[in-house]
Amino acid sequence: MHISEGVLSAPVLLTGAAITVVGCAVGLKKMDYDRIPQVALMSSTFFVASLIHVPIGPSSVHLLLNGVIGLLLGWAAFPAILVALTLQSILFQFGGITALGVNTVNVVVPALVCFYMFNYAIRRENTFISLGSAFACGFLAVFLTSIMVGISLVFTGEAFLEVSKLVVIAHFPVMIIEGIMTAFCVVFLKKVKPEILGVAHAPITSL
Amino acid sequence: MNIVEPFAYGDSFVHRLDPRVKIITVSLFSIVVALTYELDILFVSAVTALVILATARLSIKKVFWRLVMVNGFILVLWLFLPFTMPGKPLFTLFGLEATVEGVDYAVLITIKSNTIVIACIALLSTCSVFKLVHALHYLYVPDKLVHIFFFTYRYIHVINLEYVRLTNAMKVRCFIPRNNLHTYKSLAYLIGMLILKSYERSRRIYNAMLCRGFKGKFYILERYEFHASDWLFGIISLLFIAGLVVIQWIPAKLL
Repeated sequence: MHISEGVLSAPVLLTGAAITVVGCAVGLKKMDYDRIPQVALMSSTFFVASLIHVPIGPSSVHLLLNGVIGLLLGWAAFPAILVALTLQSILFQFGGITALGVNTVNVVVPALVCFYMFNYAIRRENTFISLGSAFACGFLAVFLTSIMVGISLVFTGEAFLEVSKLVVIAHFPVMIIEGIMTAFCVVFLKKVKPEILGVAHAPITSL
Repeated sequence: MNIVEPFAYGDSFVHRLDPRVKIITVSLFSIVVALTYELDILFVSAVTALVILATARLSIKKVFWRLVMVNGFILVLWLFLPFTMPGKPLFTLFGLEATVEGVDYAVLITIKSNTIVIACIALLSTCSVFKLVHALHYLYVPDKLVHIFFFTYRYIHVINLEYVRLTNAMKVRCFIPRNNLHTYKSLAYLIGMLILKSYERSRRIYNAMLCRGFKGKFYILERYEFHASDWLFGIISLLFIAGLVVIQWIPAKLL
């Protein structure tokens, strides 16, 4: 869900860049030096995971996974996603320098919203609440991202309204898949390594 | 899937340029191109980007396929913009009216987008990622961000190998992705496993760093030196970009 270079107008690009700078400053400030390997490895994991083809109908989609990123990293998601997107633009030329700010905001802000909404609900003992909120987290993260992509386009020009609607509608299947996969992923992590879900705030301990 | 840098290694004028000069030039150039709405200026910029690309002597086939992949989003815009922009009618298709303004706008965006991507391929992708990150350090990007960059790029390959190993294990057990819950569940567990492995690995890395006396500072070993060609390229491109800005945004009566 990258917006290409050269599409958006100056005010939109500037707003995106400004929010990214501020968000990254907060994220880096909250993150101590000892968490650098952790945040970086999560960032590379999501880089790799976002290249997985998930079959849907006759074709396949790539996952966005920003719901899970938000849950696992909190504010550190800002630098992590910025780095992952920059690497994508250097290695694959998806998106680029000027749209980097907007693309980062469109992915990270929904991740943070999900982090604050579902962070506690997901760690509850009750399987129903935990599973339901994990699904909602994955669904909502992609939904908000597609809405924000739409808003970025519409603020650039009224002519983009139809494209924006298409972006949101086309991502509905992705939202459902992401919801299902996030739910399974959270169940798996809770079973195998419960402490990883609270890791955004836990102090680093040696092995 | 393999993560490679197909354009990073070569022996040309562009490959030998200092990464700092490349980053600054590409950033300024992209900003000017992204903000301009003059077709003449875009045309000049596109030709310039192509000339720089030509001097890099990259494989034309690989560059072409890159551009095809990048233009997917642009293609969607072409399906919509001509019909949604209000203006003079150009032609009618299935009862929908395409306008001159809409087609013009779509052309504008296509040229802009491709110009920036070509400039990025010519200048950024002709540099290994590690060199670029070193350069970011010298351009006063915050230390922590540079470190995350280093680690992320270093471990993308490692985690990709883990991913390949896990998918091979799944294939050996006759896993075929289909449209069913079992597929989604298996792939979600695969992602969970990757997250888990990377988490454990990050703790081992941190401990290894502590063993080697990590005190919150990375020592950058590589030093860059400006050569005459870097100065020459930097100054010429800055003058060129300044020229574009003057023509675009300073009204004629002030000149």
